[in-house]
Amino acid sequence: MATQLSVAGTRPRHKRVLPGLSLSLGTSLLFISLILLLPMTGLVMQSVDMGWDRYWQVISDERVVASYKVTLWAALIASVFNGFFGLLLAWVLVRYEFPGRRILDALVDLPFALPTAVAGITLATLYAPTGWYGEILESIGIKIAYTPWGIVLAMAFTSIPFVVRTVQPVLEELSPEEEEAGMTLGASDWSVFRRVIFPALWPALMTGIALSFTRSLGEFGAVIFIAGNMPYVSEITSLMIFVSLQEFDFPAASAIASVVLMASLILLFAINIWQARYLRRLHGRS
Amino acid sequence: MKSAPRSLKTIIGTLLLSGAVQASAADQTILNTSYDIARELFATYNPTFEKHWLETTGKTIEIKQSHAGSSKQANAIMNGLQADVVTFNQVTDVQVLHDRAKMIPANWKTSFPNASSPYYSTTAFLVRKGNPKNIQNWGDLARNDVALVFPNPKTSGNGRYTYLAAQGYAQKTFGKGNDAKIDDFLGTFLKNVAVFDTGGRGATTTFVERGIGDVLITFESEVNNIRNQYGADKYEVVVPKTSILAEFPVAVVAKNAKKNGTEKVSHEYLNYLYSEASQRLLAGFNYRVHNDVVKAEFADKFPEVTLLTVEEIAGGWPKATKEIFKNGGKLDQLQRR
Repeated sequence: MATQLSVAGTRPRHKRVLPGLSLSLGTSLLFISLILLLPMTGLVMQSVDMGWDRYWQVISDERVVASYKVTLWAALIASVFNGFFGLLLAWVLVRYEFPGRRILDALVDLPFALPTAVAGITLATLYAPTGWYGEILESIGIKIAYTPWGIVLAMAFTSIPFVVRTVQPVLEELSPEEEEAGMTLGASDWSVFRRVIFPALWPALMTGIALSFTRSLGEFGAVIFIAGNMPYVSEITSLMIFVSLQEFDFPAASAIASVVLMASLILLFAINIWQARYLRRLHGRS
Repeated sequence: MKSAPRSLKTIIGTLLLSGAVQASAADQTILNTSYDIARELFATYNPTFEKHWLETTGKTIEIKQSHAGSSKQANAIMNGLQADVVTFNQVTDVQVLHDRAKMIPANWKTSFPNASSPYYSTTAFLVRKGNPKNIQNWGDLARNDVALVFPNPKTSGNGRYTYLAAQGYAQKTFGKGNDAKIDDFLGTFLKNVAVFDTGGRGATTTFVERGIGDVLITFESEVNNIRNQYGADKYEVVVPKTSILAEFPVAVVAKNAKKNGTEKVSHEYLNYLYSEASQRLLAGFNYRVHNDVVKAEFADKFPEVTLLTVEEIAGGWPKATKEIFKNGGKLDQLQRR
């Protein structure tokens, strides 16, 4: 505080847009380092002394590879599902007034607030052959709990708020005038959606889907209780990490974790770059 | 103005002091770190020990409990959890405290009677009412019309006991050298698993609450507790003729106890588990005990069966861990598609 005051007393060298930027930027960087970078460095350090051969051997193990496939497919299906229903949910929440809208809006965040293990146990209870939904589904020959579909379900549940919450503000910004303009020019509902609404929504929707996807890649608590965890069929990558930890094999655990981390990072970067380009094209060069 | 902060300080100081005094109302405190399903057991045992300690030494002791999977607990202790004693369900989780962290002496197994295992159990079956699939022995579990539930041997000591018990049965049935037949049996046995939960309680939930599977395989103590809790009219207990000796090892975490000055009370805390009163308490929780008097009292509760040791089945825990459960070991080979 003292240095801050003395700085204020002297003539400022640079004019900054935000007051107190240096302090807030410094604090942000410190916290990013402490909360994000330090644990990640720790993760890398754990696997550093194992050598490339061993590293490759661990991450390319047959069973671990099978878990990548299961995890990727499930995360992909879950995030596409969320893309569709998240958009629908956001649409309804923004464009319609109905009793209980506020409550529904608040409920969207529930998967974030709920401990994922609780979510997993609850879903397993509902979708098990003895559960409310599971019993009905079982009678028409559909099995969800303890199959790969259980994994999809758990992932979709825990990550749907990402889509809703990224799409919602963009939808709110979108002025009805643009749609009305389109309609007065004789466009059908569908083409208004396709040519006016969707291009504006698309970047936000993609971000939401990507966040949902990366979140699903790392999901553990919710999935583990409903997956059945059968080798080569319904084992997720997080479980492989957990198994290594149980064997006190920390390097192996961090090696597998680094693969998940890499996949998420690459995806997030790609989305960021794509989005920047898309926006530039959409709004012209700015 | 000047005296105000000082008096405030005094008040806060007094409050803090009284708080500190209150926190250690007992002369000493020790932390018992244990596995998941022993919560109720030690919640019952601790007050009896506190009383015993007061009577013999005139001092008060407060015992704190911490419960989770025992591998996880071992991890936590190595990462700095100040546990004075461990009461686990698997030898390897205690051994790792010596091998990796040198927190307990190499000879911890001889510190207390019966290989430092005051009570033991075995692996048994819980089947649904009337035993519809007629499951009597391990052999029935490799039939193709039977779905099994037990925790994953990769993540659960309970699951490892189950696997080894099945292997012990196969060795006894087909002859120890008949590897092809033994592997074949174990392969089918593993294929029959419907759900692999990560821990014992999870498996129980899957079988009881979710209605999955024809048989739950877990510790005999847990099997009996479930039947008592969920109703004897819904489930039946089957204890196979041949099973495994599941030891529940205990040890004083010497390094922590020394630091905390609790060596004496920690040792007595574990030693008192061998007293007749404690053994009776343990038997009440469906654990098998060594005390002959108590054994006779509970004879009808624990059927006489052949209990093979891990030593006999797989040459001891270190060998079993390395050859069967480690990455790429026998278990992985049998589960490979």
